[in-house]
Amino acid sequence: MNATDPYAGERLLLSPFHPRQQAYNLRDAWGAWNGYKFADHYYDAEYEYFCIRNQCGTYDICPMQKYEIRGRDAAAMLNRMVTRDVSRIGIDRVAYTVWCTDEGRVIDDGTIFRLAEDRFMLNCGSPCTAWLRQSAYGFADVEVRDVSDSLAGLSLQGPTSCAVLKRMGLTGIEQAKPFEIRHFPFAGTTLRVSRTGFTGDLGYELWIAREQALELWDALYAAGADYGIQPYGEAATNMARLEAGFIMPFMDFTEAFKTVRFEHDQTPFELGLGWLVDFDMPHFSGRAALLEERRRGPAWTLARLDIEGNWPADGSIVYDSEACRKDIGYVTSAMWSPAVKANIALAMLRSEHLRGPIWVEIYKSKDLRPYRRMARASLRKGPFWAPPRARQTPPSDH
Amino acid sequence: MSAYDAIVIGAGHNGLTNAAYLAKAGLRVLVVEKNDYVGGAAVSRELHAGWTYSNCSYVCSMMRQAIHRDLDLGRHGLLLVPYLGTVNFGDGDERLIAYHDPQASYLELKRHSRHDADAMFRFQADLTRYSNFIRKTLLRTPPEPTSFRPRDIREFLYLGRQLWAMGEREIYEYVRFFTISAADFLEDYFENDLVKAAMASPGIIGTALGVESPGSAYILLHHVMGDVDGNIGAWGLARGGMGAISKALAAAFQGFGGEIRTEAPVARILVERGRATGVVLENGDELRAGIVVSNLDARRTFTKIIDRADLPDGIYEKARNFRIRGSSGKVNIALSGLPKFTGLPANRYVDRGGQAFTGSLRTMERAYDCWKRGTWSEDPFIESVIPSAWDPTVAPPGQHWMSNFIQYCPPELASGPWTPEKRDAFGESVIAKLERYSPGFRDLIVHMEVRTPHEIENEIGLTGGNIFQGELTIDQLFFNRPFPGYAQYRMPLKNLYMCGSSTHPGGGVSSACGANAAREILKDLRRPNTVPADDFDDE
Amino acid sequence: MQRYDAIIIGAGHNGLVCAARLARAGRRVLVLEAADQPGGLAARHEFHPGFRACPAHTAAHFSARIATDLGLSGGALPTAPRLVGLASDGAHVVVENGAVTGVGAEDADAFRELDALLDRFAATLEPFWGRTIPRIGGPRLADKLPFAQLGFALRRLGRERLHEFLRIAALPARDLLDERFEHPLLKATLGWDGLVGSRMAPRSPNGAVLAMLYRRGRQAWAPSKLIDALVATATSAGAELRTGTRVTRVLVEGAADGIAATGVELADGEQLRADSVVSSADPQTTFLRLVGVRHLDVGFTNRIRRLRAGGLVAKLHLALAEAPRFTGLDSPAGRLLTAPTMDAIEFAFDDAKYGGVAAQPVLEVAVPSLDDASLAPAGQHVLSAHVMYVPHALEGGWTDAARDAIAERAIDVLERHAPGLRRSIVAREFLAPPDIEARHGVAGGHWHHGDFAMDQLLMMRPTYDAAQYRTPLPGLWLCGAGCHPAGDLTGLAGDNAARELLR
Repeated sequence: MNATDPYAGERLLLSPFHPRQQAYNLRDAWGAWNGYKFADHYYDAEYEYFCIRNQCGTYDICPMQKYEIRGRDAAAMLNRMVTRDVSRIGIDRVAYTVWCTDEGRVIDDGTIFRLAEDRFMLNCGSPCTAWLRQSAYGFADVEVRDVSDSLAGLSLQGPTSCAVLKRMGLTGIEQAKPFEIRHFPFAGTTLRVSRTGFTGDLGYELWIAREQALELWDALYAAGADYGIQPYGEAATNMARLEAGFIMPFMDFTEAFKTVRFEHDQTPFELGLGWLVDFDMPHFSGRAALLEERRRGPAWTLARLDIEGNWPADGSIVYDSEACRKDIGYVTSAMWSPAVKANIALAMLRSEHLRGPIWVEIYKSKDLRPYRRMARASLRKGPFWAPPRARQTPPSDH
Repeated sequence: MSAYDAIVIGAGHNGLTNAAYLAKAGLRVLVVEKNDYVGGAAVSRELHAGWTYSNCSYVCSMMRQAIHRDLDLGRHGLLLVPYLGTVNFGDGDERLIAYHDPQASYLELKRHSRHDADAMFRFQADLTRYSNFIRKTLLRTPPEPTSFRPRDIREFLYLGRQLWAMGEREIYEYVRFFTISAADFLEDYFENDLVKAAMASPGIIGTALGVESPGSAYILLHHVMGDVDGNIGAWGLARGGMGAISKALAAAFQGFGGEIRTEAPVARILVERGRATGVVLENGDELRAGIVVSNLDARRTFTKIIDRADLPDGIYEKARNFRIRGSSGKVNIALSGLPKFTGLPANRYVDRGGQAFTGSLRTMERAYDCWKRGTWSEDPFIESVIPSAWDPTVAPPGQHWMSNFIQYCPPELASGPWTPEKRDAFGESVIAKLERYSPGFRDLIVHMEVRTPHEIENEIGLTGGNIFQGELTIDQLFFNRPFPGYAQYRMPLKNLYMCGSSTHPGGGVSSACGANAAREILKDLRRPNTVPADDFDDE
Repeated sequence: MQRYDAIIIGAGHNGLVCAARLARAGRRVLVLEAADQPGGLAARHEFHPGFRACPAHTAAHFSARIATDLGLSGGALPTAPRLVGLASDGAHVVVENGAVTGVGAEDADAFRELDALLDRFAATLEPFWGRTIPRIGGPRLADKLPFAQLGFALRRLGRERLHEFLRIAALPARDLLDERFEHPLLKATLGWDGLVGSRMAPRSPNGAVLAMLYRRGRQAWAPSKLIDALVATATSAGAELRTGTRVTRVLVEGAADGIAATGVELADGEQLRADSVVSSADPQTTFLRLVGVRHLDVGFTNRIRRLRAGGLVAKLHLALAEAPRFTGLDSPAGRLLTAPTMDAIEFAFDDAKYGGVAAQPVLEVAVPSLDDASLAPAGQHVLSAHVMYVPHALEGGWTDAARDAIAERAIDVLERHAPGLRRSIVAREFLAPPDIEARHGVAGGHWHHGDFAMDQLLMMRPTYDAAQYRTPLPGLWLCGAGCHPAGDLTGLAGDNAARELLR
């Protein structure tokens, strides 16, 4: 109990980067994530979005939940928990994955970092302690440690991000392929850099002990000064990830254990993440249910929609006809995409209606007066925005 | 020719609700009440000059908002104010502070256990799912399992569909939840004892079960499925005390032309040729009515105010076997100032929340062990609230009244009958515990009232002092409440009905029993229904 | 390499019933038993030279249908053992052949009435204990049939009786008995069968009455003779029985089309293959130890882990130089209870909740050597007592001193009812729940492989996904007391499982 501040218990935790980020946050636009004070935006969401697409920006991922999983049985334990075969992740490689209930419903998604033969880091958006503990039960040699509060993470995304890291002295970083991890000595400790991110663009995530966080920030911002480096918040992230076609919990899917109503959660197939489900693995949690689902096909499909007009379709219900004869789904995320100049959305549609006409009912207010429009939508394959530089190795400097 | 179409015995909140809906349908209704005030256990009483005690029931979360709205209780002066939360005090220095903000509350849980902070999300989703089902049944009449009448079959089909909508596996989980102990249920989720104890405590309130007794998980739900303005689990205070609810109900009833007679204890129900035809008051007045509705508990109705000879075979035995054991006590205290509790920050929001002196699962279970042995624990579970911190009407400015609900307190002592000395000793055990958590507490006491099951029974007529008018176990829930075969509010004598918490959906200031009974009565009288359907969508 | 149609893990009575049924249907069956003697918790062991005992000291409710089907011979007792509520002054209450003696006329009448009512309810439920209870969400209409039939059977009880059934089914034993009886010893005696073995006391709702109904009727055996008969019928039908052969794990193999149980590995490393592996071990042992969590879903594993399967009964075996003489009792035959009141049981339970053992534990006593002379040298006897409630996790841990202290308490109780008994003790053996766990390989030392409680019954025993004897692991089956219907030496779980296997 903090003796001097009786309201200490009411206050959000501050990220180790907070002293610097606060200075940038002219708008005092703070939200919260996992108990941390967290920027929605710093100056202007659209400006920050263009920093990601045009130069580079940093995004505070300290509030993400980070678990170190180590021990002889660590790989076996993870393999039984997640849908991908982690034994196929090379050391110093990262893989995106999901984990499911017995019924094959998605509990959460996240990335697994393989740090050594018997050492992994699991990285996800929501606390996962309870499920990890249940998943680890029965494995003799596995230790799960929550390092969320001791390991600082900063995402550096955008076309100039590699150049900034090179300028910072991370020699050889340009050789890191997508999903690769590199380690560099920094401030007397080790800086872990993974070529990962949530923007669909060239980018890296930097991981360091909490105590060295500000030193990292200062070095990065010194190196990035000439490359337009700028902190960006939740709003810009959400724009970038939607263009890239990435899903966001509590927008595009509901975590299974936080779902109240039957099958209001989703399966990997419904989310278009069937490619993450590795049936070559003899067993993992939810396998039987997912095998059955693959056989009969998912009831729902998260589709990428290109919607006519420029009215963003947030919260819209999707119909099979302009006359709204039958509702066939709902929009989960939507925006006007500045990069491709299109009205884009992710929508959860009943699979049997994927081939038919798709109409979206959109409300938009003009001078506070709401208007309704039925807009035709077409399905889109692949991400809305996927620049080649995101996968290029070595990447260009801009 | 009867003077009244209906006489309702007992002006508790369900009796008043029932009467209001009958009067709204145009019936001439009389409510007779033995006390000189209305409200039964939902009362505001000035037992010490300047202080208004809700000396029985003290918080409200079950009140059906459809009734609140339909009877226009707001216009009749009722305002339910949600309160922020309840701080749980551990056996020692541990505190589980109830912060209103979800992020702060997450961090507070995390301070106790990272695991439990995470598990709480799942716990709440599961409880919400379970509540959603039960809540759908509250303003409905239970179907009769031995009946082939279309309406019973329809009702079973409705319930089946609602249950099925949870998904097959969740139904198994639900059965499990419904039948196991609170402690076992919580073990599924949590590791920290104070977190478990805090979540378990609603599972014992008012019940003759312990946290380890199978069936207590459901009781837990019974206390958290209520809501204030759609916030499930939120509890509210009635401005002006719980009596404000009764007062508003009485005003609504009188607005429909109803009549209330206080200080009119019923000696017996008149029965002629197998029909209830009225009541005889203790003063000898005979009042006739087309129907008689008892808001008294099932035991009292059938063993105290009806001649056994008037009852069909077996009913008396059913009433005698009706399980209605008291298990709770109440200590109401007028305070000269706001008590300070140790281990809490001087946070004005936390300062004004509820307090639960939970201790631990073991402390609670040991208190139950004492109850079983016909005594009280020196370390009882106490759930307290200081309504005067929000409500300017219940104590003089700067002074306070504190409601302390104690679990457990036995209706009968192993040492012989309750005496004033024993009652005071029981009160002292509560004060001693409060003093432990709030040094100097004793010095703030201006006045106090100690109520054991003995006082609760004698003053408001709840048999055994059972606050729910009958225990909330499977044998007495839903179509088994009060007895199998009589769950549709019609009693074994023609023209006799029950409308109290002894009927579905049971205890709590919900008005649902009274409203459901009114709906059935109006059906029998071929009158248009005046009782609203529940108006919530699930949360 | 030898290949079997089915390998059955454990030669407990359910394993043997299952083996006999499969073998009689022409399957090649191998039964593997870790102990030197078949019988599981009904297996005899010599705890002192010449004296043998087994944890299950009576078998009062074996299915007569199964006995007939399997042609069991050589030992069904003519009547169920009597139930005696011991009073230290000799004013015992004796329940025998549907009547009670030692109580007032009103209680005796009330007993006959309750007995008839419970008989009627038990008869209604009986067919459902002996069949598979399907999942409620089964795809076929036929899957719903048993529920419709159960509903119909209950309906046939008539309105009044159905109402009474609905009311008492979840009632605590205490309330059921308080409503009807005056005599405290009678109430304590009658409540026993609703509680024994489970984490329940007289005041606990939701389970006791159903347990009483489950433990009614059928056929009584001396456990030792029942096991002999089952071994004989199984082996003569062609089942192969290997005792002293411990299974260390279930072999799980598979590839892209999923995994399956394909056999077992023995303690010496030998691997045996079969189309079906059928475990009569308890669910926790089966899944968590023999299969291993890596082959199971996380949620399922957690449900198995969370089964209430902590034993609360210890065993006391006494080798006696002579037959015990209980004050005021003609012979020590039957099941003798030392619980004077329901409170005595309740308070003993309270101690166990906190890891302790009551100063005066409550006992169910039997002298099995009366029914089976081979258990003790001529003229001498074996006394067996279930000691309640004894927690698996004793506060302070299970030391030899702790065992001795609790055994002494139990013997003190016995001595009070049978003065002089202590002097005739030749040897004794005390098995706490962890000892039963270690000796018989049953997790938690729980005789019934899991509490008899509403959430662990029917299509939820041991948990949905494994309640129809099939398990989520193809090729692996359950046939033990952890499945529907439940524990006790009834043979029903093994029989039901065999029927499913043969379908």
